[in-house]
Amino acid sequence: MSEGWPDALFDALRGAGVTLVAHVPDVGHARLIARCRADAAVDCVGLTTEEEGIALAAGAWLGGMRAALLMQSSGIGNCVNMLSLATIGRFPLLLLATMRGEWGEANPWQVPMGRIAGDVLRLAGVSVHPVDTPERVAETVAAAATMAFEGETRNAVLIGQRVVGAKAFEREDGR
Amino acid sequence: MSADTYPLRRRAVVRALLERRGAALVIAGLGAPAWDVAAAGDGPLDFPLWGAMGGAVPMGLGLALAQPGRRVIVITGDGEMLMGLGALATVAARAPANLAIMVLDNERYGETGMQETHTARGVDLARIAAGAGFPIAGTVRDEAGLAAALDAVLAAPGPVFQAIKLRAETPPRALPPREAVHLKTRFRLALLGRDAVS
Repeated sequence: MSEGWPDALFDALRGAGVTLVAHVPDVGHARLIARCRADAAVDCVGLTTEEEGIALAAGAWLGGMRAALLMQSSGIGNCVNMLSLATIGRFPLLLLATMRGEWGEANPWQVPMGRIAGDVLRLAGVSVHPVDTPERVAETVAAAATMAFEGETRNAVLIGQRVVGAKAFEREDGR
Repeated sequence: MSADTYPLRRRAVVRALLERRGAALVIAGLGAPAWDVAAAGDGPLDFPLWGAMGGAVPMGLGLALAQPGRRVIVITGDGEMLMGLGALATVAARAPANLAIMVLDNERYGETGMQETHTARGVDLARIAAGAGFPIAGTVRDEAGLAAALDAVLAAPGPVFQAIKLRAETPPRALPPREAVHLKTRFRLALLGRDAVS
C-alpha cells in the first residue's frame, strides 16, 4: 500500500467525478499524473504556474466540470491572490499538494515555503487536510472532494514528505 | 500614432461583438472590459471579474474544456493579459477549438490612472500568442479589419487570439453585479439548469 497510494488517490478522484486534472510538473505526483494522462476520460492540463489552476477550476465549475489541482507545496505561494476568486465566489477547490521543506529536506530553498504552506492556505480561507500516512491519502482526498464539490468549499490536501519520500541530493562523485 | 488617437472605440467594438454572440459564453477581465460587457447588456452567461487579475484566460480555458460544444469568449484588457502571459502557453498547448481571446488593447492600465502598459512600448501580444502556437493570432487597428476579426472571435476554429487596438479613453462606468456567488449561480442556472444549483 505504501507504494500504491497514487493509484488509490487516482481512484478516489475518479470516484468523486473529477474529469479535469491541472498540474505543474511534480515528482511527488508523477505516478498520479501518468495515470491521469493514460485515462481518456480525464482531461489533463499542464500549467505554467499554479495560480492558473485556481482560475481554470473555477471556469470548469461554471461549465459543470469537476477539477482537481496538483502541485508541490512551493506552488501554494503562487496561488494567493487568485484564491480570492475561489473564496469570493465560493467555488469548489480540491488542491492536492505534495510537501517539500517539511521532513528530511536536503534542499534548504524548499524550507521557507514548506514551513508556511498550510498557514498560507488557512489565511486564504482554505480548509487544510494534512496526511502523513500512505494508507490515509485516498480517504482524505475522497473526504476533501465531498467538501469541495457537494459543499462548494475550498479544500487542500497536503501530502507529507513521510508519504512522498524526501528527495535525495547527492554529488555525482558520490562524496 | 499614440493610443490617444486610435480610431476604434471600445464600447462600439464590444457591442458589435456581443450583438452577434449567439449562444457564446463570456468571461470578462477585471476593469474596463467588464464594464464594456455590462454596457452592452449584462446577462447570466457573462462572468465579469472584479479581481483575480491574470485569471481571465485560464478561467475561460476551464469553461471551454467543460463546454466543448459552446463558444467561449474571453474579453480582457492588455494589462490583465500581461499579468498572466503564461496562460497563453497553457491554452496553446491544450488548444481547445472553441476558445477565443479578445484583448481590448488601449495600451493603458485604465483602473489605476491610465498608466502605459508594455504594449505602449511595442510589446506585441498577438506575436506572443502566435509564438505560443495559436493557429489564429492577429491585431486589428482600424475599421477595415474589424469585421473579419470579430468573425474569427465568434466562429473560427481556435484557439483564437485577437488584439484590438483601441483609443485610450474612459467611457462612463457601467457596473455589472459585484456579488460573485450571484454571478456564479446565475451562470450555472442559465447554462446547466436547476439541478446544478440545488
